[in-house]
Amino acid sequence: MQSSSVPSLVKEPGVIQPDLDGVTTPVGSFDDDLIQLLTPQGERVHHETYSARVEDLDLHALQGLYRDMALVRRFDNEATALQRQGELGLWPQCLGQEAAQIGSGRALATQDYVFTSYREHGVAWTRGLDLRKILHSFRGQDHGGWDSAAHNFHLYTLVIGSHALHATGYAMGIQRDGDVGTGDPGRDRAVVSYFGDGATSQGDVSEALVFASVTAAPVVFFCQNNQWAISEPTARQSRVPLVQRGGGFGIPSVRVDGNDVLACYAVTQEALERARSGGGPTFIEAVTYRMGAHTTSDDPTRYRSRAEEDYWRQRDPIARLRTLLVAEGTGEDFFEGIEAESETYAEDVRAYCRALSSPDPITMFDHVYAEDHPLVSAERAWFAEYEAGFTGEEAHR
Amino acid sequence: MSASAIGTQRITMAKAINLGLRRALERDEKVMLMGQDIGALGGVFRVTDGLQKDFGEERVVDSPLAESGIIGTAIGLALAGYRPVCEIQFDGFIFPGYDQITTQLAKMHYRSRGRLNLPVVIRVPFGGGIGAVEHHSESPEALFAHTPGLRVVSPANPADAFTMIQQAIASPDPVLFFEPKARYWDKADIDVRAAGQALDLGGDTVGLHTARVVTPGTDITVAAYGPTVSTALAAAGVAGQEGTSVEVIDLRSISPIDFDTLIASVRRTGRLVVVHEAPVFFGAGAEIAARVTEHCFYSLQAPVLRVGGFHVPYPVANIEEEYLPNLDRVLHAIDSAMAH
Ligand SMILES: Cc1ncc(C[n+]2csc(CCOP(=O)(O)OP(=O)(O)O)c2C)c(N)n1
Ligand SMILES: [Mg+2]
Repeated sequence: MQSSSVPSLVKEPGVIQPDLDGVTTPVGSFDDDLIQLLTPQGERVHHETYSARVEDLDLHALQGLYRDMALVRRFDNEATALQRQGELGLWPQCLGQEAAQIGSGRALATQDYVFTSYREHGVAWTRGLDLRKILHSFRGQDHGGWDSAAHNFHLYTLVIGSHALHATGYAMGIQRDGDVGTGDPGRDRAVVSYFGDGATSQGDVSEALVFASVTAAPVVFFCQNNQWAISEPTARQSRVPLVQRGGGFGIPSVRVDGNDVLACYAVTQEALERARSGGGPTFIEAVTYRMGAHTTSDDPTRYRSRAEEDYWRQRDPIARLRTLLVAEGTGEDFFEGIEAESETYAEDVRAYCRALSSPDPITMFDHVYAEDHPLVSAERAWFAEYEAGFTGEEAHR
Repeated sequence: MSASAIGTQRITMAKAINLGLRRALERDEKVMLMGQDIGALGGVFRVTDGLQKDFGEERVVDSPLAESGIIGTAIGLALAGYRPVCEIQFDGFIFPGYDQITTQLAKMHYRSRGRLNLPVVIRVPFGGGIGAVEHHSESPEALFAHTPGLRVVSPANPADAFTMIQQAIASPDPVLFFEPKARYWDKADIDVRAAGQALDLGGDTVGLHTARVVTPGTDITVAAYGPTVSTALAAAGVAGQEGTSVEVIDLRSISPIDFDTLIASVRRTGRLVVVHEAPVFFGAGAEIAARVTEHCFYSLQAPVLRVGGFHVPYPVANIEEEYLPNLDRVLHAIDSAMAH
């Protein structure tokens, strides 16, 4: 499958081969099972099943995917910079995972529903969420205050793997509503759950696969294997490619080059069609790479090599699409336009973030319950009086 | 570098725990560490820094990302004769392992009529004040203190951290070891060699559950543990300048609680304020207030007051200072108690 000059890291397909020339992690990354429609060099590859699914993506559509990825990367880089400047407490970068997120996200229909962990800014973008709102929680101002129903995009989940069950349950609800298998493209719906390689070890994820399988729920499990769970390589979670997790549960599974936006689009589209038509769940392993640190608090030099980072830099998801766009007739002015748009966007993100003001402390008592709870009310009243006592008086703190 | 070869040095609490773990690994080959990112990374707080390098991947294990798996397999390892020390990366992530802790770990000795021991330690960086995102600032200790069969302790300073982690590992019972993460970088002078010798002489676990009077006082007792001990001490300093003599007690242990020390203090001072970060509703302070009232009713000159978290999920970082039992809130409680 791989038509590049970059050497394959896998000697024995299907079995994890760590420790190759200092590149410890790309476990079984590129082998015959990997679905790829666009090589790291930006050349199209034909695939019997999946090429047909990207045929209707004309140059304009491809440019749209490029714009998505470029703007998300610019947003992500800006957020990282804002953290460095002290404007954010923490930032989990999606750098390097744009193809997996945009490709899969653009395969979604408006009525589909998405549950993610905390790094899926690219998916959020495809759901029309104002990405600036994601900054709030990393600035310590809310716990994820966007309107999830307005975007069919649930709040980020920080407890690893939990939301795979929520996605499955939501899909079970869709099934009960009869919004599966009607054949009406405006009605049939599906759910996608995004999680990482590390998350596959959590019981909740296995339980989600069980529930989805036995109920044939319309849910797609989109696992971004970015090779690392903080400092632990995927080999700490599995001895075989993660795609094999699905099979044991009776869930059709595919392994896709997660840095190939076309392939990610194609396999997700197929999985969503299966789900919406009543064919049940699919497990997708998108083989990608966390090009940045785990978060801005992390120091990857403690656990991974420069050689490995270089290896993956040659597989940058945006660079390869750019090559394809140029080959298919996109002029320099298009890229200049995106560049200019990115800069304006970044300035806007920066200004927005800096203008955010802290919530009033009394708001900590809001929304603990939907109905009145006397203890919370009493504590709120106590707190208001207590704070009022400081007016005009210097606090000790 | 052997932990026991080091004399007096100025070290952080994180380093003190590291040295305590190192000494435990050196002295008992059955001791092993397990957890997420504790190997090459040295843990997200670097508490296990360098230990995998020195003791190998077999004894310092980067676990798969599953808390139930970590604790469940630690139970199995303990049944096979090992002494696993599990690191839970953050307080809020202990819950996937909660089932194993409460239904299995806590009860095995009891169910086996004493035939089986589970000497498992679960280290949990806990508490807030570090500006973190959700699930990274919680204080769930009451849930574990409420579970018979578990011992629950929390050091407040580097010297205690060094000693108590080794005592927890030596304990034949499961121990929840709550590390105040906001205090990880507080420094103190420790004579590690002397502390090690004291451990050898004193017996493996003697003193693990003993409270300590940190500052003697006569007007009011303030009891705290883990992250709030330093707040209590600061309050004692301010109150002292204003003429109130505060006795600060570092409880060090939440299950069991050293009521002898506490009751003796309250009988002298007649007043008690309990400070913890956890929500006060059904918190450790509630148990303390009830028991102290039972035992000190005729000595009390004011109701026992509690300062702690409100009955709300841990709030966003921007306003956590107002949620936490800070210096002003402790002083406020002291004033209220003194006003009686
Ligand atoms: C239940 C739970 N345990 C531990 C953590 C701490 N933690 C945060 S991210 C992370 C690694 C996640 O790796 P992966 O699932 O591969 O996702 P990625 O960060 O690579 O996107 C860990 C251990 C957590 N958030 N939740
Ligand atoms: Mg990962």
